[in-house]
Amino acid sequence: MIVAKRKPFEEIKELIEGYKKVLVVGCGTCVAVCLAGGEKEVGILADELRLSQKSEKEPAEFGEATVQRQCDREFLSELDDIVPQYEALLSMACGAGIQFLAERFPDTPVFPAVNTTFIGVNQDVGWYEERCKACGNCVLGMTAGICPVTMCAKSLLNGPCGGTNGSSCEVDPNQPCAWHMIYERLARQGRLDKIIEICPANDWRNQKPQTLIQPGYEERYESEK
Amino acid sequence: MKSGSKLEKILSAGHFAFTGELGPPRGANLEAIQKKAEPLKGVVDSVNITDNQTAVVRMSSWGASLLAIQQGLEPNYQMVCRDRNRLAMQADVLGAYALGIRNILCLSGDHQQFGDHPQCKGVFDIDSMQLIQAVKGMRDGKFINGQEVDEPPRMFIGAAANPFAEPFEWRVYRLAKKINAGADFIQTQCIYNMEKMREWVKRARDMGLTEKVYILAGITPMKSLGMARYMKSKVPGMDVPDEVINRLKGVEKKKQGKEGIAMACEQIQEFKEMKGISGIHLMAIEWEHRVPEIAEQAGMLPRPEV
Repeated sequence: MIVAKRKPFEEIKELIEGYKKVLVVGCGTCVAVCLAGGEKEVGILADELRLSQKSEKEPAEFGEATVQRQCDREFLSELDDIVPQYEALLSMACGAGIQFLAERFPDTPVFPAVNTTFIGVNQDVGWYEERCKACGNCVLGMTAGICPVTMCAKSLLNGPCGGTNGSSCEVDPNQPCAWHMIYERLARQGRLDKIIEICPANDWRNQKPQTLIQPGYEERYESEK
Repeated sequence: MKSGSKLEKILSAGHFAFTGELGPPRGANLEAIQKKAEPLKGVVDSVNITDNQTAVVRMSSWGASLLAIQQGLEPNYQMVCRDRNRLAMQADVLGAYALGIRNILCLSGDHQQFGDHPQCKGVFDIDSMQLIQAVKGMRDGKFINGQEVDEPPRMFIGAAANPFAEPFEWRVYRLAKKINAGADFIQTQCIYNMEKMREWVKRARDMGLTEKVYILAGITPMKSLGMARYMKSKVPGMDVPDEVINRLKGVEKKKQGKEGIAMACEQIQEFKEMKGISGIHLMAIEWEHRVPEIAEQAGMLPRPEV
């Protein structure tokens, strides 16, 4: 899933300063699972904002709305009647959701309440770890299911580098060396031959905005291209 | 001859090579280079010019390499993958060669987190293995994309190896990968753990690797007990056994530098005899002025004429 972290409260306050009616918009998918921007977090943020307005002469008003996915028009349409009642939107979705919300309501300023951090896994409640950089050219078959692009601080494809400290990364003793893990797991599976060959330079496919049309749908979208 | 560099001539003639290191200044300071170059003349066969060493901004390694040539030294131009993509790297190799640089050392580079601009974006478009392959490919007439090079840069290609980093068993295979990628010579990480080094060289020899590549053993004399402790605890990938620390502890502070040099000379003596080792790479960090005395004491002088 996509993991996000709420921005510091002061930064959020500054972003929406001057707007008297703001709708806090949550997203019920990834950011809800990672406890950053679901319905519950929308309620908490809206309450905090209201509280911070108490001493103001004309306190701003904060509405709350959460849709299942901000990255999907079908769900965004639920907001069509509500948004015109507000001066600004404060989105708690990931960067993709925030942009799709802003695209749907081009006359209303949209502000981010979270920082989108990574594609990751749920280690435990409230604990997430990055696992994928969406490089677009997956090498996990060669590397025993451990991503060197993400898990190696240098994204080496022919590691481990000489800076490894024991089995941890030179940049952080708490971060295991990706290539050490790859070596161990491949050795365990008897597949070290996978990394004895030189892995060629990567074809980084995430260097420009991308569009994906799944096979079978090309014809359907032909006219829109 | 692949490149005709002095380093290549020395090694291919079977002489025991001796290379040094010169860290470019943190500014456009020509005088600093002259000052560091002076004691190295006639003492080392080639001098490594570091590339934004420890991720700290310095004069470019190709710029300082050219200045080293002007000072009468043969540079070993270091290039790291951290600061430039494959376009810039290939372009720099062409420019460097056209201007007279003949040796190149291909490295991944220290992570930017350790440097003076820790917030910068590390490029790492390709890794050191792929850079070796790229420079070899260019020498053979092809860019990474397979297109032809108009006048190939005939570089003598170097790579680094750290015999001490985990997993130890894999290190010699990674060395083999670098040789397959196109490395002509290897300069190792600073060696303090001689026992592990002997084992690594033995494994490389058993695999026939020392027949395919020239290995230069990395030596950095300890200047003080403080430096030894720092190297042990703070420098990534460094293996400093307690016996090194204890030996420095055993002498008074003023004499620790002298003891460090004595230890380095003992190592050099052993490497001269070690089958599979073709030379010494002396990294006398900010101690360039003492290289002649170390070379003298280690019996590395005079250097052979080739």
